Amino acid sequence: MRYVLRRLGFFALTLWVALTLNFALPRLMPGNPALAILSKFRGGVSPQAVKVLEAQFGVGTHQNLIAQYFSYLGNVARLRFGSSLTTQPGASVGRIVFDAIPWTLGLVGLTTVLAFILGTGIGIVSAWWRGGRMDSLLPPVFVIMTVIPYFWIGLVLILIFGVKLKVLPYFFSYNFSLTPGFNAAFIGNVAEHAILPAFTLLITTIGVWILTMRNTMITTLAEDYVRMARAKGLPSHRIMLDYAARNAILPNLTGFAMSLGFVVGGAILIEEVFNYQGVGYLLLQAVNNEDYPLMQALFLLITVAVLVAILISDIATAILDPRTRAAG
Amino acid sequence: MSSAPTEGFQRSGPAGRTGNVLEVRDLSVEYIMERGTVLAVDEVSFDLAPGEFIGIVGESGCGKSTLLFAIAQLLTPPAAITGGSVTFLGRNMVGLTDRELAAVRWKDLSVVMQSAMNALNPVKSIGSQFDDAMRAHGVTSKVQIAERSAEVLRMVGIDPIHLKSYPHQLSGGMRQRSMIAMAMLFTPDLVIMDEPTSALDVVAQRSLMVQIKELQEELGFAIIFVTHDMSLVSHFSDRLMVMYGGVVAEFGATRRVFDTPLHPYSVGLLEAFPSIRGPRVPLTGIPGSPPNLASIPPGCRFAPRCPKVMARCEVEPPPLYEVDGTLVRCFLHAGEERGND
Amino acid sequence: MATLQTPPGASEAGAGAGAAPGGTAPAAAGLPLAGGGSIGGARSLRRMGRAITANRKATVGTALLVLFIFVALFPGLIAHDDPQAQIYPRGLTPNAQHWLGTTSFGQDLFAQVIYGTRPVLLIAFGVGLLATVVAMLIGVAAAYLGGGWDGTLNVITDVLLVIPLFPLLIIIGSYLHGAGTAVMIAVIAATGWSYTARQLRAQALSLRNRDFLNAAKVRGERRLYVICVEIIPTMTSLLVAAFLTNALYAVLFSSSLQFIGLGDPNVTSWGTMLYWAENNEAFQTGLPLWIIVPGLCIVTLGAAFALLNYAFDEIGNPALRPVRSMRARTTRLAAVNTPVARRRPRVKRTD
Repeated sequence: MRYVLRRLGFFALTLWVALTLNFALPRLMPGNPALAILSKFRGGVSPQAVKVLEAQFGVGTHQNLIAQYFSYLGNVARLRFGSSLTTQPGASVGRIVFDAIPWTLGLVGLTTVLAFILGTGIGIVSAWWRGGRMDSLLPPVFVIMTVIPYFWIGLVLILIFGVKLKVLPYFFSYNFSLTPGFNAAFIGNVAEHAILPAFTLLITTIGVWILTMRNTMITTLAEDYVRMARAKGLPSHRIMLDYAARNAILPNLTGFAMSLGFVVGGAILIEEVFNYQGVGYLLLQAVNNEDYPLMQALFLLITVAVLVAILISDIATAILDPRTRAAG
Repeated sequence: MSSAPTEGFQRSGPAGRTGNVLEVRDLSVEYIMERGTVLAVDEVSFDLAPGEFIGIVGESGCGKSTLLFAIAQLLTPPAAITGGSVTFLGRNMVGLTDRELAAVRWKDLSVVMQSAMNALNPVKSIGSQFDDAMRAHGVTSKVQIAERSAEVLRMVGIDPIHLKSYPHQLSGGMRQRSMIAMAMLFTPDLVIMDEPTSALDVVAQRSLMVQIKELQEELGFAIIFVTHDMSLVSHFSDRLMVMYGGVVAEFGATRRVFDTPLHPYSVGLLEAFPSIRGPRVPLTGIPGSPPNLASIPPGCRFAPRCPKVMARCEVEPPPLYEVDGTLVRCFLHAGEERGND
Repeated sequence: MATLQTPPGASEAGAGAGAAPGGTAPAAAGLPLAGGGSIGGARSLRRMGRAITANRKATVGTALLVLFIFVALFPGLIAHDDPQAQIYPRGLTPNAQHWLGTTSFGQDLFAQVIYGTRPVLLIAFGVGLLATVVAMLIGVAAAYLGGGWDGTLNVITDVLLVIPLFPLLIIIGSYLHGAGTAVMIAVIAATGWSYTARQLRAQALSLRNRDFLNAAKVRGERRLYVICVEIIPTMTSLLVAAFLTNALYAVLFSSSLQFIGLGDPNVTSWGTMLYWAENNEAFQTGLPLWIIVPGLCIVTLGAAFALLNYAFDEIGNPALRPVRSMRARTTRLAAVNTPVARRRPRVKRTD
């Protein structure tokens, strides 16, 4: 229990740092960037939204820095993120973000979990079946897979399957001529549009899971308790899973948590390449439009999502490893 | 202390013509690596009768642990058996796959390792580690498993409530004893022990040894006990083997080897452990260090450090000679009967 | 330290570095540590040199890296056109004068690729050095100063590890409106040192109690001396690994940022090439090379760093090396069955 509490405390701290970064960055940049934008669009934004933006960026207010800071924190707590300045002028940032979340959750969330499971499985098996030419050939292949830029492989796949072979769509999350609804046609269309981006994300992220699982598995297989399991005459699959994999996966869970931040980066690029209207695509639009309130809200959302995922993996570690429970 | 083990967990008994539990013939083990091979065990042979306690002693790196794992067929790359046979209960185990060995493992031959903290799976409870061993050998009844687990724990003096505990929750001594309890699950014919007491303090060491000896007398299994502590094992073993540089230096009845060591290395070892009650004598060690097994010098491996070295020793490696029932690999005893080599 | 992808060749040390402060202490990977001081440093380097030539991955990685460095230093020797000059016919496919064809703007693609090498390598080495130095200072300080300092530095490192770096870089990049190479180096290094700091701290910790340090203390050497002259040279192999990791990230991160349009548009680099290519719909207009070639370059350079990193992992942790298959009598699962090698002819001893 104490372990979980400690982790929660850490997350609160990280969230606070993210919030403070959001607050501090625009003020640190040469010439407050929000100033120009706000003055241009002041007319089309509701007074309440203006107040929120003022606190966020410190323009045109009479409050001192500290007061602005606390106003800002208060607004965030009440989920008031202001209005979008340029992407959808006047629309509530919260609403825009909320609409984009399900797309990203579906694409990135599902694919990441799938990549983790598949990658871990392949890593386990590849460590188990060692010896022979495969052993020296495969790891470099996996290594190279991990350095391929997400966006580039997406582009190449678009070239092959979208442009040349013309078998898969690669633009947007669904065909805009269809109306969204829970019917087979629409869902089928969504799935079709998701194939290429999902596949891209899968092959770029899976390499890391495979490699790290394989490495920890190899080290674990050298442990005495694995030898003991052999000595007891246990069947191979039981040794591989119950003794080796269960111990090898523990450091990987924490590794999974850490790399989530990077998966997020990749997801952003993939959404960009495929024009997939998720959170990442929205972020880049906001950047291109200099829509600062939207950008900040998205950054917070992404941070929170990563923190939640890490918390889940920490809980999983506590469940799987009795030693963490004892340490508290 | 329980008397006869419960139904289904009794010993199968030694098979084969000779009645020996174990016959090792010319067993050799090499570490095969990119830059060359290292000969860790060089044609070691010995027999083990039912219920016999053999101690194997030697310095670090003399090959005793490697020998042990080779006998139990538990080597991992880069180590490999490169010659010889290991006949256990009438069957040669060298070259069998893990699946073929599974029937024999734990039921007739079990292993106790040096550090229970490393040898026990840290994420499984003690009870579940007993459980999977029994299930692997066809015991499926939960009641039977629970009863037998509790029984073996009581045998080593641990409250069965600890079946629910995880290894890190037990003290070092309790962990070690639960490993021994686990080894007793099927009342095997042979228990192989690799320095099980080294990780414990002196008092715990002694009490563990006594416990092991009591179990052996009660259940009648044979023991191969590897250690670097000669004095510890000498009180309990029937025969004592001294290894040096991968070969057997001396092998005979414990009392004989201990009281009148024949090989200069054994002499040196014993003199390094002064008696606590005897007269004060200056402490003598053995100068020099063990041979580099990657490039074995010609002749006797102990020659560079031997106080009684002769010219012959540096040229030809001595075979085993037999002196009054004790085997010794030393030219000092040449002219005696040649023992099995 | 982040790129979009977690560092490959992240040995147990990397993967084991838990996000929990004071979590599992990663095993300190690295070459067999020589003992102390500057002698250790030189010896480590020599050993590294030998190890590199012995390991195939390392040789390939080093060869590629040397090639790229050469191209970056002397682009004029290889490509004879000005990469920025929009003087050629647009959208040509490869021919004798333009080996890779031209872009939609009429620039020679081959020249662009060649000249684009330098900015990428500058960023890679710049970030590699800067981030590694920062990581080393913080990691070693945390390990050596201990106590409250350790705790504080750890929390800072962990927080930075958890905050999603790419979105943060995007935001900073957007505020800065496409600043130049130097700024990009500074920003990437400033946000990405945390990963390698963890590894370095772990190894520094494991060194703290080694005898040669205690000997230095007994000699009366001051703490700073001990840190600089004794500890750091011994960590050479891990420092090199950290450098490679950071350089790899820098390449992937910077090209991604450039791809989005946050890089300096006046600099020709592989990332900016991809940006222009995508904006001009290179695939649809029949100029696939415009996208394929710069991307391949990124992959190759990244692979060079990654292979070297992985090779270093293998050197430091022999268990990871390819298992030499032994001739055995029955089929093997090499990890679990007792190996039995073919009986070799033994030299009969003459008695």
